[in-house]
Amino acid sequence: MEELFRYFVVFALLAAPTYAIAASGLVVTYTTTGIFNFAHGAIGMIVAFCYWQITSPAAWGQPVWLGLVLCLFVIAPVIGFVLDWGLMRRLAGASTITTIVATIGLLFALVSLADLIWPSGTGIRSVEKLFPGETFELAGVVIEYHDAIALLAAIAVAIGLRGLLFRTRLGTAMRAVVDSRDLASLNGVDPNRMSSVAWMLGCSLAGLAGILLAPDLTLTSIALTLVVIQAYAVAMVGRLRSLPLTFLGALILAEVNSAFDYVQVQFTFSETIEGALGDLASATPALMLLVVLIVIRQDTAALRPDNIKFRVPRPSLPRMAAIMGALILVCAVIANTSLISASTVDELGKGLALGIVILSLVLLTGWAGQVSLAQLALGGICALAVWKMGPWGLVAGVVITALVGALVALPALRMRSLYLALTTMAFALLLERVVYGNNALISSFRPFATGSATARRPPFVGSDAAFFVFMAAAFGLVALGMTVIRNGHFGRRLAAMKDSPAACATLGLDLTITKLEVFALSAGIAGLGGGLLAMWNASSVGLTDYALLEGGALSGLPLLLLAVIGGITSVTGALLGAGLFVIMPAVGRWYPGLRSVMSMAPGLAGIGLSKNPDGAVRQVAEAIEEIRAEDQDAAPQLPAPEQLWTNGHIAAEKAALLDDELGLSWGQAARPLASAGKDGR
Amino acid sequence: MASTGDVPLLELREVTVRFGGNVAVDSASMSIPAGRITGVIGPNGAGKTTMFNVITGLEKPTSGHVLWAGKDVGRRSAHHRARMGMGRTFQRLELFGSLSVAENVLLACELARRQGADSRPPAVTVPGGDERPTAAKETAALLEHLGLGDLAGTRAEELPTGLARLVELARALATRPRLLLLDEPASGLDETETERFAALLEDLASSGLGILLVEHDVPLVMRLASDVYVLDLGAVLAHGTPDEVQSDPKVIEAYLGAEPGAEEEMA
Repeated sequence: MEELFRYFVVFALLAAPTYAIAASGLVVTYTTTGIFNFAHGAIGMIVAFCYWQITSPAAWGQPVWLGLVLCLFVIAPVIGFVLDWGLMRRLAGASTITTIVATIGLLFALVSLADLIWPSGTGIRSVEKLFPGETFELAGVVIEYHDAIALLAAIAVAIGLRGLLFRTRLGTAMRAVVDSRDLASLNGVDPNRMSSVAWMLGCSLAGLAGILLAPDLTLTSIALTLVVIQAYAVAMVGRLRSLPLTFLGALILAEVNSAFDYVQVQFTFSETIEGALGDLASATPALMLLVVLIVIRQDTAALRPDNIKFRVPRPSLPRMAAIMGALILVCAVIANTSLISASTVDELGKGLALGIVILSLVLLTGWAGQVSLAQLALGGICALAVWKMGPWGLVAGVVITALVGALVALPALRMRSLYLALTTMAFALLLERVVYGNNALISSFRPFATGSATARRPPFVGSDAAFFVFMAAAFGLVALGMTVIRNGHFGRRLAAMKDSPAACATLGLDLTITKLEVFALSAGIAGLGGGLLAMWNASSVGLTDYALLEGGALSGLPLLLLAVIGGITSVTGALLGAGLFVIMPAVGRWYPGLRSVMSMAPGLAGIGLSKNPDGAVRQVAEAIEEIRAEDQDAAPQLPAPEQLWTNGHIAAEKAALLDDELGLSWGQAARPLASAGKDGR
Repeated sequence: MASTGDVPLLELREVTVRFGGNVAVDSASMSIPAGRITGVIGPNGAGKTTMFNVITGLEKPTSGHVLWAGKDVGRRSAHHRARMGMGRTFQRLELFGSLSVAENVLLACELARRQGADSRPPAVTVPGGDERPTAAKETAALLEHLGLGDLAGTRAEELPTGLARLVELARALATRPRLLLLDEPASGLDETETERFAALLEDLASSGLGILLVEHDVPLVMRLASDVYVLDLGAVLAHGTPDEVQSDPKVIEAYLGAEPGAEEEMA
């Protein structure tokens, strides 16, 4: 009985405050600015590193109080202010996809920055608890001062936020601004000032959570960044809006963790079950996020247009066939000559396989306007099938992956694309922790030692050279298939869904089913990429290859960024993204001085998306288009000027057309439509 | 109520929509028959677009019923209602901007065929007297009929407002609707275009289509509609024939009280 009390009352109560603090920061920024900050944990991580730098005897060794004051009241607010000014403010009104990619880019850039300033190879850093070793006893339980302070801090945060939001003019405006930005600015509140305050506050709360959490972990960039996924799960209980429910969510997560601890300590199981329990326990935030997203009340916001600015080019099939033919030819030459070193060919092969995963993102994100962060993790499922079943596993794996992908997306389909992104992220983390992290489970799928992966390939492409060309052909076929889709009915449906969900519904299109179809198809393509990667990786077969962030520079999250840099809207963009995948680490190897820049590049590019959502290929294509502007085929068909005259004058809206005809409007005619994107009441 | 005895195509019974504390539609009842044009006028913020959203299923009413041919369809989703034969346009344009004009209409044609709408005749006659034209042929006929033939290849987002509204109309007609809901279709059209547009609507109504027309151009509504509802602050202020409505003192007061020209959009 006393044990139960200890676990479910004391321990849970002491663990909940940190989650609550982390989550409330997320809620404050989301409600005020409408931007879900995927980098919230990374900001906490940076502040925790700063705190270590200031207070650790191994670094500057300043007093703890000074560290706290500097970190929470100077460094974190400055980070928040700069972020708001440089990035977040520009994202106001942007599509959900853009905000997701930009904040993921920020996450990745911050992780790279931390690795640059505090390289992981230079010793283990640890942050001391507040009042280390000092405890007091309450009801027979020994409590550390650190935990008690965290509890007090959470209470202070709760009271402070409540006071700010309900007792001050600024706070009232902050609550109002989510409902209507325009309305709030009409009331004379400067939205920019509000946004600044929200981000400064959010960063301080992230920093406080980071400092409180850091002692329980070794101070590494990724561990601390991902720990704050707890915040996502907790904040989601309050639907990212309600602070009281967020605190309740923190308590729920703490109780769930306590339950796992209790079961693990009090009972003994067989080794496999204990291992699985441990993995599951480490994945409780992801598990909770998934459950909360499934049970959360559905909102019909899915019908609201997302203001996506991607321009989707219309590829022509013959041209695409020529490009893909050239790709296969080049790959055949590379594979059968020794122009390029074997290790680079190995990288190129990975690039081809991951290129197929990127293609799946082009279909899903670029064309259908949905975000998935689980594509690489889904690819891992197909890899398991390949390892278990050999060549036929690729076929089975693609089918299984498509089904799993559809299943994962199912609960989030009726919701906003943000929830789909969060669901897929939770699922990817869950797979990573529970399946890919479970050695016993993995070795049951991988009955061979390293080095025998070639046995898993189809016999007709058993050699590395043949398999390399096989992968290029697979990429080419998927790209061609997608081109056919793009130009057909399904492609029109996807474009329509992205441009105006509401109009789709009024044409009788069932959006849920279309989303399910495209999600399954895209998951299947990702599975193909993952399976080929498993067949290609002859020397090192590891499921860290399918991790979300753990795999370092080239895992699930950065893959989305690479896809975006290449150009998320075109299959040629996917090829470029895959090329970047190979080139960037290679540049880092050739010029070690550039390594840090190369690892930070995807993040910075993701942030840059807020300015140019079309990616590199599109920019180049546009430049070329401008050069051949005289080309009649490229110009839109417009009526002859004389047709625009009615009764001896030209109506204003037709004048815009005339401007177009004369090349004067520079595409301005598109503006009124774009700004009239939303159907108000 | 102008009851015709038989069941109207669409009926609203005491529909109320609240957004928080604001009442957008206040216990509104309406009845829209087939084969005629029903007009709705009222100042901005009168709840016209919200009413459209409730009818087409994009918004759930707080209370009240939407009846389609006598059956309550309040629980049907937007796409189900579209499949039953509701077509609409949007006040704030909702074209598929990245698709061409022709593709916008073609997609609607294709979807209508998949959903079995081809049991109804095409909204416009397809040249050659084709009973079951292909989606491409029907698209071409619709564009031609609305004078959009020259713009078939233009990306929809490049169109000026007036033309975009016509494309939205073509797209809605491509679903072969039984009821057409038009939200401010004539704004952005010039005089000649408005004339052509009016003739087109009368033509469509005479072929049996029910049309619900929300429009700021009050004279146009009064000319076309056989039945007019006046909305104010979400409630039905007046209802009757154009003549009845125009001589209604409540309407005169509401319209003289608020300057008809001062109707800026508020986001």
